[in-house]
Amino acid sequence: MINSQNIIARSATTTEPPQVRSHVEEVAKLIDVSKCIGCKACQVACMEWNDLRDDVGECHGTYDNPTDLTAESWTVMRFSEHESADGNLEWLIRKDGCMHCAEPGCLKACPAPGAIVQYANGIVDFDSNHCIGCGYCITGCPFDIPRISPKDQKSYKCTLCSDRVNAGMEPACVKTCPTNCIEFGTKTDMLARAEKRVGDLKALGFRDAGIYDPAGVGGTHVMYVLHHADDPNRYSGLPKDPRISPLVGAWKGVTKPIMSAIIGITAFAGVIHYMTKGPKEEPEDSPEEEHRATRDGGVPPASLGYDATRRRPGAGRNADDRPQGEDR
Amino acid sequence: MKMPRDRLIRYSPLDRANHWTMAMVFVLLALSGLAFFHPAFFFLSHTLGGPVWARILHPFLGVVLVLLFYAMAARHVRRNLLGENDVQWMRQIGDVLDNRDEKLPPIGKYNPGQKLVYWSLVVSIALLLISGVIMWRPWFAGYFPIPLIRFASLLHAVSAFVAIVTIVVHVYAAIWVKGSVRSMTRGWVTRAWARHHHGLWAREQEEAQRREQQP
Ligand code: HEM
Ligand code: SF4
Repeated sequence: MINSQNIIARSATTTEPPQVRSHVEEVAKLIDVSKCIGCKACQVACMEWNDLRDDVGECHGTYDNPTDLTAESWTVMRFSEHESADGNLEWLIRKDGCMHCAEPGCLKACPAPGAIVQYANGIVDFDSNHCIGCGYCITGCPFDIPRISPKDQKSYKCTLCSDRVNAGMEPACVKTCPTNCIEFGTKTDMLARAEKRVGDLKALGFRDAGIYDPAGVGGTHVMYVLHHADDPNRYSGLPKDPRISPLVGAWKGVTKPIMSAIIGITAFAGVIHYMTKGPKEEPEDSPEEEHRATRDGGVPPASLGYDATRRRPGAGRNADDRPQGEDR
Repeated sequence: MKMPRDRLIRYSPLDRANHWTMAMVFVLLALSGLAFFHPAFFFLSHTLGGPVWARILHPFLGVVLVLLFYAMAARHVRRNLLGENDVQWMRQIGDVLDNRDEKLPPIGKYNPGQKLVYWSLVVSIALLLISGVIMWRPWFAGYFPIPLIRFASLLHAVSAFVAIVTIVVHVYAAIWVKGSVRSMTRGWVTRAWARHHHGLWAREQEEAQRREQQP
């Protein structure tokens, strides 16, 4: 964990995190999908810088390798073949990974204090040392990004190379990309850059080109330039209007303080009731009642207690047979 | 000393052992679960040896609770159906709360309040099991779609809330009604207690006893 003076949000924390440097400018990574050639240099750079060693996988008949994000593959290229209405085949390649949401669902869902933090520059980072392995981040994330390692039951995802960025460097994937499809800078600069690229694409005939910086999660610190921004789903299921699910909102929202309060109030109501109304005191044995029972031929004076839980026929017929109860 | 004649046995040793095992398991479950419920309770995760252990152990304890609870619940279904005088008793809930017990009609082994506790737990523990399995990592959650896990998480939290409130009420009732804790620790109640709080049950037990003692 670096940048500990620089945290604007911290999981499972109800007080203000340290924010003495919250004036830091927001950063962003811009991925221009139209320039990606699918070489996976960024995947390799990511493994190298972050020192990750995923298992060697298998070829599934597509270029997707590995086929999904894992705890040791924090970014993967997703390839999709799209046939447009006019019969054109488009090969769409999207670098998938954490979007570094301004309103991160993972952080909202996480129950472990400080296991997920958001820095002033917008990067969302997992502090694996505090991770408890519950998987709530997976439940909260609108992009299906975090992965729990089967080796240590900790959750992992792209850090946006927070360590490099903190030292004034760009993320490893950005540094290595041979086509400059991935760029990095302040969010303002990246948005300006993206506008320009969208203009270029429109000039090339991609009428629906646009920026993917979804407002539903407050914008992201990883943005795409898409040639078909009207249909992000085409890019291997990039959600069109991602936001934190209302179910997650209900699960992690005001319901929790309300339910907690009701539990407390219930217990407190018990205390008050006891103080004002008092207990139901143990009733005294009334002698006539006892007497009546005996006279009715019921219980002989020397008999033992009756065991209602014993169903055995004949149980209790003689004293030895009867349950002993406990010694007083 | 032998069991004196002024007592009725209410719970067998097995029922009592089961009850107190369940009570301990439930408390551990509630404490470890609440740790994830809201940051205000996170410190409770230390009761099971820290947050990671709490995360690991909680679901297993849940399964233990389910086994113990339904083993007990199955044996008590009949006694927890709506019975004679129950509706009248509920109408007089004001008298119940004000301790005006002499005005209440005689009722069976369990009063409607106890029956409500029973059914509330029968339902909430079933929901906790179903939703808990869906959320359970690393074993099961991976087999379910994420939207379903979201729903299960919400359901688990709400069911846990219901179960915990129910248990708070249950515990208070035991403190409130003197003589009832002893029925679950020592197993017996006094005849007077039975007649006073569960008249129909007392009558039924005394009649059964009389029949058995006829040569
Ligand atoms: C019946 C079997 C149960 C299973 C399989 C189960 C499983 C789980 C799982 C997997 C979690 C997520 C945290 C973790 O991975 O440990 C969880 C959370 C939780 N459990 Fe359970 N549980 C069960 C019963 C209970 C019971 C009886 C209670 C209440 C006394 C309870 C209260 C909670 C609470 C309050 C949470 C936190 C929910 C939240 O984050 O909002 N659970 N449970
Ligand atoms: S994409 Fe998912 S993991 Fe990344 S910040 Fe957003 S919610 Fe968290």
